[in-house]
Amino acid sequence: MWRFVGMRLLQAIPVILVVITVTFFLVRVAPGGPFDGEKAVTREVKAALEAQYKLDLPLFQQYTAYLGDLAQGDLGPSFKYPGRSVNELIAAGFPVTAELGLYALLVALGIGGLAGIIAALRPNTAQDYIPMSAAMIGICMPSFLLGPLLVLVFGIHLDWLPVSGWGDIPGDKILPSITLGAGYAAYIARLGRAGMLEVLSQDYIRTARAKGLPQWQVVLKHSLRGGMIPVVAFLGPAFAGLLAGSFVVETIFQIPGLGRFYVQAAFNRDYTMILGTTVFLSVLIVFFNLLSDILAAWMNPRLRAQFGGQ
Amino acid sequence: MHSMIVRLLLLVAAVALLASCGRGESNVASGNRAGILHFGNGSEPQSLDPHVATGIPEHFIIHALFEGLTVKNPYTLEPEPGVASSWDISEDGRVITFHINPEARWSNGDPMTAADYVWSWQRLLSPGLGSEYAYMLFPVKNAQAFNQGKMTDFGEVGVKALDKLTLQVTLNERTPYFLQLMDHYSTFAVHRPTIEKFGNASDRYTPWTRVENMVSNGAFRLRDWQLYRRLEVEKSDTYWDRDRVKLNGIVFHPTENTVSEERMFRVGQLHYTASVPLGKIPVYQEMADTPYRQAPYIGTYYYLINTLQAPTDKLKVRQALSMAIDRESLNRNVLKGTNIPAYSITPPDTLGYFPPRLFSHDVARARELLAEAGYPNGEGWPGLELTYNTSEDHRKVAVALQQMWKDALNIDVTLTNQEWKVYLDSITQMNFQIARRGWIGDYVDPNSFLDLFITGGGNNNTGFADPRYDDLVLRQAPQAATDEARLAIFHEAETLLMEQMPIIPLYTYTSKHLVHPSVSGMPPNLMDSTNFKYVSLDQDWRPAGAGN
Repeated sequence: MWRFVGMRLLQAIPVILVVITVTFFLVRVAPGGPFDGEKAVTREVKAALEAQYKLDLPLFQQYTAYLGDLAQGDLGPSFKYPGRSVNELIAAGFPVTAELGLYALLVALGIGGLAGIIAALRPNTAQDYIPMSAAMIGICMPSFLLGPLLVLVFGIHLDWLPVSGWGDIPGDKILPSITLGAGYAAYIARLGRAGMLEVLSQDYIRTARAKGLPQWQVVLKHSLRGGMIPVVAFLGPAFAGLLAGSFVVETIFQIPGLGRFYVQAAFNRDYTMILGTTVFLSVLIVFFNLLSDILAAWMNPRLRAQFGGQ
Repeated sequence: MHSMIVRLLLLVAAVALLASCGRGESNVASGNRAGILHFGNGSEPQSLDPHVATGIPEHFIIHALFEGLTVKNPYTLEPEPGVASSWDISEDGRVITFHINPEARWSNGDPMTAADYVWSWQRLLSPGLGSEYAYMLFPVKNAQAFNQGKMTDFGEVGVKALDKLTLQVTLNERTPYFLQLMDHYSTFAVHRPTIEKFGNASDRYTPWTRVENMVSNGAFRLRDWQLYRRLEVEKSDTYWDRDRVKLNGIVFHPTENTVSEERMFRVGQLHYTASVPLGKIPVYQEMADTPYRQAPYIGTYYYLINTLQAPTDKLKVRQALSMAIDRESLNRNVLKGTNIPAYSITPPDTLGYFPPRLFSHDVARARELLAEAGYPNGEGWPGLELTYNTSEDHRKVAVALQQMWKDALNIDVTLTNQEWKVYLDSITQMNFQIARRGWIGDYVDPNSFLDLFITGGGNNNTGFADPRYDDLVLRQAPQAATDEARLAIFHEAETLLMEQMPIIPLYTYTSKHLVHPSVSGMPPNLMDSTNFKYVSLDQDWRPAGAGN
């Protein structure tokens, strides 16, 4: 088991190095630089700005200097926000995005998991079709449509919930979490249904039923763990995707999260910020993929035995 | 199983209800009671350092935190005493002596002095700082040479502290708008000991503007700054004119998304919005007692023409393109009547100046001109590309013009949208045929627009070059004996410009805001500027017909 984890961690290092290198040189290829604005600045001003951020050095030297700083955990100063370091901006944005992602995941698991189980119990009946059609709609409905719709109904017409913000007004975390979670709930519902269907057709379930166990015991005790393996395998990439992809929801609800920093950094050509967030998110994605692999292994007795046998 | 779904639904409803019970009153209600203004500020400020910042959100915050030598009266835009309680201007207009208010204090209690200004202006102009707004002080003698590194002795620059409270500024020539510049944040004084505590004067990125470090001199001081959430200022008890400050504080909300901002306003989270989504404007316009406020704004929306390339190197082609546009229809149908059609670059009534109007919408004449240029009824037209930065509103305008040109002149124009920085790069490199552009005046004076088109100017970007124009704007106007003569010279220059048509003016901007009825002291004005000292909130304001 530990060897498996260690191997995966070692594999991650070259992956992240490639990500850094590609990103570093790719952002420089994009036209326009961090200090181009609507008002033209004089040559002297531009040179002074570039000197302040060491952009006047040869590109390769900048690259090695960046790697050196990175090894010490320093992601450099933000170009767009003078006086702020990238570390600081990530530290400000990440907890918010992580919290939003976590709640969205809970929403997705709660609604999606339940819908998947309900659908799997009576396949090809109305009890299957209704939640699965709802899931299809959930997959198809983009968050930039669902978010404003929820705001319109619950925020403005019913006036139950705040329309924007994060942690400023009680209840302002509900709508963004649902908006972000809905799409993932739909995936989880479909994955959960497939997983449960497979397990429910196994012999040991027939045995359980033959013993005369009540429905809830069959579902909760005997089939849930096996049936949810595909869902768990999906959770790692899903959480990473939630973190990296929360930009739209963060924009709709004016949430001060990392997603907004990330996308704006690209628009602003804030080189250090683009690199910093990319490195940070790629590390997270690698980590969560690993985590979900471990979790899936733990849930699947066959795989567990394989690890134990090594 | 059905009961399970029902239970789930009940649970969701219960959570929502609980949440709604726990919700306090709106920002507007609590703000009115506590004297706190909730201000939609467009986006997160990039910097609060007056010598480093460049944007409009920064403008509002810095004007709450700092004060210039003069301030603008929000009703008249006339300069009023700020840090300087009075000033004398010499006969020839070249020497201005500011008398600093002996009561003026920094927020840590230090008195303000003339030396603060000498040091601050040296910082702004120092080449190493790379301030984008250093040019604001270029009317000052030798300031430009110092900023460009051609002169290293700041003693040569025309700013002197005659004594503790007397600041003498020597200008290159009479500059009627110079007092207005004293209200631009780039010319503000900063607190030397604070800046030096955290680094060199010319460092852009030291943490001196953080809440715990910041020392400022305005009506408010920094209280709280949470990235992308809110920035809060509170009334300063060291400000010299504190008795006239009616607000106890301001919360600046970084409302980047205008649609979300409008929703926040609707549910009472904001007193004021930075903008209004175009689609919502007709609804607000029809409302009785509407919170919607629209006023002329000192800015022009226009298209740059590349005059160095075929086919737009021909004057007649440029004229035909411009005359074929029905600006009234564009404004009415595409822009929902929210702007003012423009036929020249300077907005009308800029300090009493009205730009020349050399042409009007005239399809017949436009067709003639195009025929004379060699493309009768669009025959042989080589095609033309219109570049704009990605935005739904810019696209709408471009599509409308594309259609007008097709209908009027039977010519094809293709549209290209570019991401912001790519677009800026194209403009600077003059890598376009026609490109969308907007310009907001830095100060209320025709010079703020006309000096764009100086030969080789950084924002000219059209290839327009005319020595007569340069002479009028750069030499004759500053030396004009009277204001009337000066405006007449600008008029002559602008006539030259529009005869050559290196740009296609489309409309004059308007400022558009939603302002809550409990707010007063924020009158609309040409600069869209607010002096927070004048702003007050009506504690007793209640929505009409509501009990509480």
